[in-house]
Amino acid sequence: MVEPNQLTQHLETFVDITRSPTQQDDSLKAIASSLENDSLSINQLVREMEMYLTTTDNVVRARGILLLAEILDCLKAKPLNDTIVHTLVGFFTEKLADWRAVRGALVGCLALMKRKDVAGVVTDIDAQAMAKSMIQNVQVQALALHERKLGFELLECLLQQHSEAIVTMGNLLVYATCEAIDGEKDPQCLMIVFHLIELLAQLFPSPSGPLASDASDLFEVIGCYFPLHFTHTKDDEANIRREDLSRGLLLAISSTPFFEPYAIPLLLEKLSSSLPVAKVDSLKCLKDCAMKYGVDRMKKHYGGLWSALKDTFYSSTGTHLSFAPESLTSPGFEMNEIHREAVSLLQRLVKQDISFLGFVVDDIGINMVFDTISRYSQYKEMPDTSKLEVLVISQILSVSAKSSVQSCNIIFQAIFFRLMNTLGIVEKTSTGDVVQNGNSTVSTRLYHGGLHLCIELLAASKDLILGFEESSPTPGYAQESWFSMVKSFSVPLIQVFTSAVLSSNDDSVTDVYFGVKGLLTMGMFWGGSSPISRSEFEKILMTLTSIITAKSGKTVVWELALKALVCIGSFIDRYNESDKAMSYMSIVVDNLVSLACSSHCGLPYQMILEATSEVCSTGPTYVEKMVQGLEEAFCSSLSEFYVNGNFKSIDNCSQLLGCLTNKLLPSVAEIDGLEKLLVHFAISMWNQIETSGVFSCDFNGREFVEAAMTTMRQVVGIASVDSQNSIIQKAYSVVSSSTLPAMESIPLTFVALEGLQRDLSSRDELILSLFASVIIAASPAASIPDAKSLVHLLLVSLLKGYIPAAQALGSMINKLGSGSGGTNTSRDCSLEEACAVIFQADFASGKKISSNGSTKIMFGSETTLSKICLGYCGSLDLQTRTITGLAWIGKGLLMRGYERVNEIALVLVECLKSTNCSGHALHPSAMKHAADAFSTLMSDSEVCLNRKFHAVIRPLYKQRFFSTIVPILESLIMNSQTPLSRTMLHVALAHVISNVPVTVILDNTKKLQPLILEGLSVLSLDSVEKETLFSLLLVLSGTLTDTKGKQSASDNAHIIIECLIKLTSYPHLMVVRETAIQCLVALLELPHRRIYPFRREVLQAIAKSLDDPKRRVREEAIRCRQAWLVT
Amino acid sequence: MVTGLINENPIIYPKKERRLRTDTSTTDEDIKDPEHPNTLEDLRVVTEDSVEVDDENSYVRVTFTPTVEHCSMATVIGLCVRVKLLRSLPSRYKIDIRVAPGSHATEDALNKQLNDKERVAAALENPNLVEMVDECLPSEE
Repeated sequence: MVEPNQLTQHLETFVDITRSPTQQDDSLKAIASSLENDSLSINQLVREMEMYLTTTDNVVRARGILLLAEILDCLKAKPLNDTIVHTLVGFFTEKLADWRAVRGALVGCLALMKRKDVAGVVTDIDAQAMAKSMIQNVQVQALALHERKLGFELLECLLQQHSEAIVTMGNLLVYATCEAIDGEKDPQCLMIVFHLIELLAQLFPSPSGPLASDASDLFEVIGCYFPLHFTHTKDDEANIRREDLSRGLLLAISSTPFFEPYAIPLLLEKLSSSLPVAKVDSLKCLKDCAMKYGVDRMKKHYGGLWSALKDTFYSSTGTHLSFAPESLTSPGFEMNEIHREAVSLLQRLVKQDISFLGFVVDDIGINMVFDTISRYSQYKEMPDTSKLEVLVISQILSVSAKSSVQSCNIIFQAIFFRLMNTLGIVEKTSTGDVVQNGNSTVSTRLYHGGLHLCIELLAASKDLILGFEESSPTPGYAQESWFSMVKSFSVPLIQVFTSAVLSSNDDSVTDVYFGVKGLLTMGMFWGGSSPISRSEFEKILMTLTSIITAKSGKTVVWELALKALVCIGSFIDRYNESDKAMSYMSIVVDNLVSLACSSHCGLPYQMILEATSEVCSTGPTYVEKMVQGLEEAFCSSLSEFYVNGNFKSIDNCSQLLGCLTNKLLPSVAEIDGLEKLLVHFAISMWNQIETSGVFSCDFNGREFVEAAMTTMRQVVGIASVDSQNSIIQKAYSVVSSSTLPAMESIPLTFVALEGLQRDLSSRDELILSLFASVIIAASPAASIPDAKSLVHLLLVSLLKGYIPAAQALGSMINKLGSGSGGTNTSRDCSLEEACAVIFQADFASGKKISSNGSTKIMFGSETTLSKICLGYCGSLDLQTRTITGLAWIGKGLLMRGYERVNEIALVLVECLKSTNCSGHALHPSAMKHAADAFSTLMSDSEVCLNRKFHAVIRPLYKQRFFSTIVPILESLIMNSQTPLSRTMLHVALAHVISNVPVTVILDNTKKLQPLILEGLSVLSLDSVEKETLFSLLLVLSGTLTDTKGKQSASDNAHIIIECLIKLTSYPHLMVVRETAIQCLVALLELPHRRIYPFRREVLQAIAKSLDDPKRRVREEAIRCRQAWLVT
Repeated sequence: MVTGLINENPIIYPKKERRLRTDTSTTDEDIKDPEHPNTLEDLRVVTEDSVEVDDENSYVRVTFTPTVEHCSMATVIGLCVRVKLLRSLPSRYKIDIRVAPGSHATEDALNKQLNDKERVAAALENPNLVEMVDECLPSEE
């Protein structure tokens, strides 16, 4: 139990308004918690508080009551017996009349109302008394914001929880609510107010009830908020948005049908305003109202509604109709929000009451539109008003038709014949009968307006079936009259559209667009019993396919037809139409695939491939067909090439492979079984090459080899390990049957290597490249047969200068299991053995011999590769090839984190020295290759050794290499004697620095910044290194903007500025100048005293940049100059 | 000094779309009006057409139109334009700044003042004036 005087203290604290809010809060919490754990009872508390609750001091009484109320608010879940609750309710109800303490009373009432069910709640009788007192005593609008909100919340609670009890208050309640909310302006309160109206509407649904009689007053109060204007944005803590308020208002307005006589005229009036927001809100609200008020009440407004809607359609539609392939499946013009809302309102009205359609059909505009249509045959000839008329009427009719089966019937009955007549499909005979025009192709008039209207109607009926089918499975629409009309006209309609497609007049694009769109619409009727028979459907497909295969070249027509075919294909796939799928397969897919195989048509092969792949990607079965077709095409083209020497067919081959890689491979995850098909394709590529024998003529299809390699890599990359194994087996057998194994017998000695040339036959080169691709992409788990001799083979090939062989060798040693490792797959060669072949064991004897405290690195002179690299023997050519090859091998080792990469790195470094262990400097070109080898080592490659091709990547391998190699390069730079060697060392260092993650640089800025700066000035002397220079400059700019880098930048400010100033006039690369100027701006972040001495110098340099030939540099210069001027 | 603004309610024009520029003309559209928070371009004091650039002869002529005829800010505007151009153009340019004919009460005097090297230099020695000019030239565009 709380000590009485302690309690008194708490009470005093709360009541005393001079105390801080936190103190008051604390005492409130203390009391509430002692009540919560029963150390104090409510009775005791009230007794103790008596003085505070009844005193005549207004302030103290108000605070006292508020305290009691707040305490109750904290105890909502604490069980209290009914007498206590009753007494408290009585107390607070009474206090509602005490205007000075009204806040406490409201909080108390609200706290009691919100009590949990189990803990004792307010009874209905009490609630009624509370409501009465509230109505009689509280003038809500006279209160402050917070109290108003409380008042509305209390009303909301009463209406929600005790509706039966207070319903008897009737008129009084409605009147009081009306008074309470009149003129409310706070958004939070308004949200509650709108809800109150809804609750009242639910409470008094009777037409003779109090709400019905007071509806006009009540609507006057809330109607004035419409359309809602609210511009406050975020900073409001309640975070109320305009949409919430507007939604609340809409719900309130549509809450009861009694508002109808007042609401609809208001909404119609606001709809005609020029404010877009008002229009959108009105349309939304009208839709809600139409639903809630019911048909009977809405009926009398139909006239007004229709004309307002029509005006809205006219004002919200643009006249620009797009004829691009993308708009085949959309209305073809832009829809804004007003337009969309108007569409949905029209649809709702028609769906709800078919008699509304009478206004639509009888409208004078509908009759006029036929005149307009037959007056202009070309869309572009029409004046804007006529365009608008056609578009709007078409839209209105199609939206209405889409609403229900009945409306569709009515609209088709009303206008379809007239439309057919206008289009020349139906003609009146002298007897007045309507007959179908037999040879409609002759006399058809292609009125664009009519075609548009016709397509819109057909699309509407098509959508109707789709909507219908999704809701109920039984196809009951076959008896409907629109259905029979479409059915009876389907043949001539298809003829009309076909003739439009084939038209060749001066505005043929529009003709064709409408033709294709029409055919597309006709082709997308759903279901077995669609109004379009199967033979007609096939006719549509044939027409479209014939456009694709016609020798017309890539025109708009071609693109439209292709898009339409793709649409139909995906439609069939989406709705599982097996019959149509068969037709589609036999007419479209088979045709295109066979075209791709024959390659003897007049169409460019690229287009055939594009069409085939687009069409086939619509369904998995088509993909299968296509891959098989392409496989066949590939084999026949290749054999065509080596038998007849047809160069065109080898071009086709590379295009075909390109299509396979670009179009099919990305979707391999989505289509089941595609992987298997592709693996099969890869194997048959090998088969084909195996049987190809000797190429009959000289082969210089670089493009083809590239394409074949890419495809092979990608296919192997995505294949499962088993499939990879089978491809590897196949490839290996092809390799061993070729003349390649002969190379394995070349011993790795100087004498043998000296005479190596790039001398493979073109067939062998192809086989080698493809085989290398397979190895590059194979996963570590795949088994490679006879790996040791393969290593040898690849090694010799790389010495001959075949880069793919070097990459393959790198990939191979990257993935080989190590001899003792647990994941050793059953292969005959471990990593150590492979390395032994490469380094020839002796390599390991390269030792560090320390003498006189300085480190001298000596290399095993017996090592063939390193000797070649260092130029002991062999031509310069051989030397550079070896260096490049070594780089790739090193990359493979580096990524898996194998320590022998250091040996390779040391050889490369040795190459860069001005005097290496061979006693003389290397040829400049060899040095350049050695420097660039560091780029190979450090940068990420697209072609091999990445995640896509299952490379083994040790985390942080770049960082490790960075920390070993940079000190070596640094000391060499210090000691280098010749400028050439110095430059090359800097190039190597730049490659390393610019490829390592920037955080590593930032950790070592102090040490690196001088090196980078020196590198920049060395590299800027030669235009060959401009890209390297730029990437190094980017690293520098990274260090300048970082906080860690700034300290050392401040130390080196003078060198940095000097270097950057030089680079602002770097002539070879614009981005270098731009970045240098940006860096100068970044330097302004440094302490003022450090940079001020350079102000004059920088400004002079920048003044020159103001006259730079490139605009971007000049702009940067202006910014920089301005920034430096104000320092 | 408790005087009201000289032009209390200026008309603000929409900014013109930037055309892609190939010549050397540099930006002076972002200079603020000394009296209002709008830029000179918003107020059509300076428009794109009123700037003549002759790159070959290194000559720039800016003709500006003060919002009202007796605008006392015209000198400050002219000074701002000149400073901006001085800072943005290579030194080889000769800069000529004029008030549009008929748009200001003391047109000749103004032109003379703005193109007088000595007076411009003197003005830029005045720290108060420099501060005002710098305020009108936002460093970040």
